[in-house]
Amino acid sequence: MSILVFAESSEGKFKKVALEVTSYGKKLAEQMQTNLVVVTAFVEDTTPLAKYGAGKILIGNSDGLKTSDAMVYADFLVAAANQENADVVIIDSSVNGVFVAPLVAAKLQAGYASNVVALPNSLSPFVVKRKAFSNKAFNNTEIKTATKVIGLAKNSFGLFENPTESSVETFSPDLPDGRVNRTSVETASGIVTIADADIIVSAGRGLKSGDNWGMVEDLVEVLGAAIACSKPVSDLGWRSHTEHVGQTGKQASSNLYIAIGISGAIQHLAGVNSSKVKVVINTDAEAPFFKSAEYGMIGDAFEIVPKLVDKLRTFKAENG
Amino acid sequence: MKVLVCISNVPDTTSKINFTENDTKFDTNGVQFVINPHDEYTLTRAMWFKEKQGASITVVTIGNQSSEATLRKALAIGADDAIRVNAEATDGYFVAQQLAEVVKNGGYELVLAGRESIDYNGGMVPGMLASILDYNFVNAVIGIEVIDSKVVVSREIDGGKEIMESSLPMVLGAQKGIVQETELRIPNMRGIMMARKKPLTVVEPVEAEEMTVAQNFEKPEAKSACKIVESVDELIDLLHNEAKVI
Ligand SMILES: Cc1cc2nc3c(=O)[nH]c(=O)nc-3n(C[C@H](O)[C@H](O)[C@H](O)COP(=O)(O)OP(=O)(O)OC[C@H]3O[C@@H](n4cnc5c(N)ncnc54)[C@H](O)[C@@H]3O)c2cc1C
Repeated sequence: MSILVFAESSEGKFKKVALEVTSYGKKLAEQMQTNLVVVTAFVEDTTPLAKYGAGKILIGNSDGLKTSDAMVYADFLVAAANQENADVVIIDSSVNGVFVAPLVAAKLQAGYASNVVALPNSLSPFVVKRKAFSNKAFNNTEIKTATKVIGLAKNSFGLFENPTESSVETFSPDLPDGRVNRTSVETASGIVTIADADIIVSAGRGLKSGDNWGMVEDLVEVLGAAIACSKPVSDLGWRSHTEHVGQTGKQASSNLYIAIGISGAIQHLAGVNSSKVKVVINTDAEAPFFKSAEYGMIGDAFEIVPKLVDKLRTFKAENG
Repeated sequence: MKVLVCISNVPDTTSKINFTENDTKFDTNGVQFVINPHDEYTLTRAMWFKEKQGASITVVTIGNQSSEATLRKALAIGADDAIRVNAEATDGYFVAQQLAEVVKNGGYELVLAGRESIDYNGGMVPGMLASILDYNFVNAVIGIEVIDSKVVVSREIDGGKEIMESSLPMVLGAQKGIVQETELRIPNMRGIMMARKKPLTVVEPVEAEEMTVAQNFEKPEAKSACKIVESVDELIDLLHNEAKVI
């Protein structure tokens, strides 16, 4: 019996979501009166995992892990689940998490619930609450199989410190050769991604042209935020598709989401409603976004945003 | 090349989301069903394989009779034939098992599906299907080229994209970005007329295990009213002291 958590790393460091799934795994292990095992790869310093409650840490060290084939990653996690006799496997909802989780579930013959937002409502039957209908509802789902896979929705549970003595072992299962190979990667360096951001600054058609984004970029910079946009903005080619958030774009689940010149169409809100605090800046007091936001300013973005940037620079200088 | 495009029949994106029978069923009253947007982008990309590379395009859905209107729309867009597996699409693994049967029987080499459906947002089916079939698999695909049996795809990752190479047979979970918005096709009269004559085969489901069961639904808690702020100073103060997010 155990709970197995997959802690994803990037460039040798744990992502925030890795610590969130570890926090969740620790609480679930307590609820189920069992142990938490965290499996990871490509990191040397595992102290962050111990800080969030990992009793046992497996560091993957198979040659096969250098692959870019998610099937091989799934085999790696399945091997860990089998070795540890895992009852529940917990995986984050990053692009890699949602890639590998269904494969793990199918290989383990385990029922899989994605977008889970809380600890189980009950253990027997095993029922978890998950997001459905693009954040417009929740569904309580029973997982009927003995082994279960949970995909934890990003920023839904939070981080809980739980310093624990942990044992660290290397874990080197035999893995098959990958059949999918990465040939190149293009990533913008030095930017905060929508997936990792605590703060997202997003703008819409209210900016009127692709040439007016300087002030948005300034706001992004002073807040250390990620930049995002509404769908028409990317369709018009003002910004890249990778920045589009909403029902058909990326999910924005940040602590703060600032919407500038975005009307708040239902498809846009569907993708951003799980952000904790939303601020809207719009000339039109009737714009639907005001109904979903915590704070709003009615007025011209071209006046408000530069002022906000100035004042925030001063604020940051004073508050660090 | 035989291409299978998996279509999910979902409520239109503007639908009011309500539930009936003690919040256990989605209320379809007055709801218009459409092709899942990610599937529509994917189908549009598949038409290119048909027109430029002579591929045959079959569309499939797991659903009851009411989902046939959505399949007919896919035929009107240009798919060659359609299959409906006569079952409720509830659990992701159940759906993947039904699709796997269709793929095996039809000998499809390239299976395209949307990254997720916009109703349950499960994001499960493409990966599970690939696992069951032991096909190569890439998710979050925003570009596909097939040259003989070699497949080159681009996949969206945090802050960028990566190019992956693999080979048929393959399952791809694709999403918006795979075609330009302007390439989406609105069926014309001729397409709609032709769609009526194209084969739509109904098959019965195979026996398959349901690993999860959707119980009741809940709506998010009502949100308190938006605070209208007059100045940027006040906004910064509220974000710092009240919301504690900066
Ligand atoms: C199937 C489907 C899927 C979709 N998926 C998505 C999705 O994932 N994401 C998404 O964003 N959209 C999506 N849409 C599109 C959505 O319906 C809206 O069209 C879109 O969100 C509107 O973008 P916008 O708010 O930028 O533009 P608009 O609706 O044009 O709003 C512009 C806003 O800017 C305000 N404004 C104008 N000038 C100023 C100024 N100077 N200062 C301040 N404010 C100003 C206006 O008052 C207005 O409210 C989808 C649509 C469909 C049909």
